[in-house]
Amino acid sequence: MQELAPPQREAVRRVLERLKGAPGPLIEVLHGVQEALGFIPAGAVPLIAQELNLSRAEVHGVITFYHHFRHAPAGTHTVQVCRAEACQSMGAEALLAHARVRLGIDVHETTPDGRFSLEPVYCLGNCACSPALMIDGELYGRVTANRFDALIAAQEPKR
Amino acid sequence: MTATVYVPRDAAALSLGAEEVAHAIGIYAAARNLPLKLVRNGTRGMCWLEPLVEVETPSGRHAYGPVSAADVAGLFEAGFLRGAPHALHRGLTAEIPYFKSQQRLTFARVGVTDPTSLPDYLAHGGYRGLERALELAPAAIVQAITDSGLRGRGGAAFPTGIKWKTVLDQAVDQKYVTCNADEGDSGTFADRMLMEGDPFALIEGMTIAALAVGATQGFIYLRAEYPHAHRVLHQAIAAAYHEGYLGESVRGSGKRFDLGVRLGAGAYICGEETSMLESLEGRRGEVRVRPPLPAVKGLFGRPTIVNNVISLASVPIILERGAPFYRDYGSGKSRGTLPIQLAGNIRRGGLIERAFGLPLQELLYDYGGGSASGRPIRAVQVGGPLGAYIPASQFDVRIDYEALADIGALLGHGGIVVFDDTVDMARMARYAMEFCAIESCGKCTPCRIGSTRGVEIVERILGGVEPASNVALLEELCETMLHGSLCGLGGMTPFPVQSALKHFPEDFRRTRPQ
Repeated sequence: MQELAPPQREAVRRVLERLKGAPGPLIEVLHGVQEALGFIPAGAVPLIAQELNLSRAEVHGVITFYHHFRHAPAGTHTVQVCRAEACQSMGAEALLAHARVRLGIDVHETTPDGRFSLEPVYCLGNCACSPALMIDGELYGRVTANRFDALIAAQEPKR
Repeated sequence: MTATVYVPRDAAALSLGAEEVAHAIGIYAAARNLPLKLVRNGTRGMCWLEPLVEVETPSGRHAYGPVSAADVAGLFEAGFLRGAPHALHRGLTAEIPYFKSQQRLTFARVGVTDPTSLPDYLAHGGYRGLERALELAPAAIVQAITDSGLRGRGGAAFPTGIKWKTVLDQAVDQKYVTCNADEGDSGTFADRMLMEGDPFALIEGMTIAALAVGATQGFIYLRAEYPHAHRVLHQAIAAAYHEGYLGESVRGSGKRFDLGVRLGAGAYICGEETSMLESLEGRRGEVRVRPPLPAVKGLFGRPTIVNNVISLASVPIILERGAPFYRDYGSGKSRGTLPIQLAGNIRRGGLIERAFGLPLQELLYDYGGGSASGRPIRAVQVGGPLGAYIPASQFDVRIDYEALADIGALLGHGGIVVFDDTVDMARMARYAMEFCAIESCGKCTPCRIGSTRGVEIVERILGGVEPASNVALLEELCETMLHGSLCGLGGMTPFPVQSALKHFPEDFRRTRPQ
């Protein structure tokens, strides 16, 4: 397991300091770490376990249970395409297939230039405006293949 | 005179360009020095008209939609600030038939008010239920909820009053009120719309629940896929604290109630109440064996109310108007109103709050206007990914708990997903099993293993491999999952599969191009 770089270690410590007193704080802590670092590095697990008086297995178990937590950094932009029934009734499977081709990656992958990660999602609560997707927390409805391309093109290039 | 213009901040409206519309209106007005007050309201729930822009006039609020940023200059030039005609003019919002025919109790303020403005909430009847509750003994509050006939709107439909009474009867110092806002069912968005459009109604409902059972701490368990609702809830909770509606002495009553939001992390199973409690405690969302019920031993082992967003947001009006007022809507054991969500392949999708008992047919064709694609509607799935598929021959079914149960379906959280005649029901059956495999918490074998075997069996059927014997095997597997699973995920995943097999057997027989 790779040691955490000092700035990362410091970020994890700050999150723990802020949240460790709350009742049942582990998931809150993991959200905090992911928000600060973009993912949850393996090296953060022993630190979190020690501070919260949990075993490393327990922390690892929680991280791997939830789809939202990442073990590796995401691309600059995260594109979540909804695969649930309402979106399927309006062509979500075809939209996802188009997204794969347009980005050149499969789901759970990141483009080689690090710009985009593609993730499936199971309902964004926009079911009357299907198919839906989310890019970096912004919701889009009635997304056609053309609109998908325009949305991708509109994302700022990597700095 | 300053004109008031409403542009929704609801996520569905934003997903169709409402932010750009609001921006364009601001720019246009500023450039011409037009005095204009821009209010960012929730949505009226007529999603096919979003972004729906409204203008306040002496005769009422006029609606224009769907508006794009490119339409804004034309709207100003046509005189939309006076409610003047325009191609997008829909007349007075309150007179649009889709809206006018509704019976909005829980959603009375959604789309009308500025969701983060406490003064606006108060001006529209907010916190009257709490004021009433503060005059009552805890048992009397619980009695009012019991008498109203309110049943859990999350899907399980358990009588809310009975749940509350169980918590009230526990002689324990620490109790909790938790709100299940992990709205993961496809085809549902009522919780999201309520939280984004009228968050104080939920906060007020939870405060009343706390007074009723003697709880001092509440949590809203919100799914991570709802960042917009997260922001609105934070603002509203802060405002409620600031004005003394939350905190150490609610409205000076000497009774404490603290409320916080906890974010989920993308696990459908956490909508199951015991799994949600595990997650709130910071653990893997694995379901608990019941008993003990959460009302007896819930969060951190203490008596806990677990209610859905809509159940809790319906509490204020029950207290304000009295149990008989609410109970008089609906019939039989389905009392009050239900926010129905019309979704998927439908021309006019959105939220329709009506008393229980509306025929499905009327929803699909009168409200919905048929499919979005213009093709015949072949099937609808009611109640999310664990709900049964209903064929056209049963579209006369009424939307209430009992009528749906009578045809082997369930109401769930009130979501209706429409499919046209291009749907392949064997593929939908495969998806039901796949979804269960992805989201299973892994605690019990029928769900964890059964769902994966289910995907494999449907795949063989799709590939034309011994379809008859594989269909028989699939039916057997469904029985095992139905009777052997710990919770509703494994136990109800068979519903969409079995209903697809029953009503659309031809889709499991035909050969498909490879």
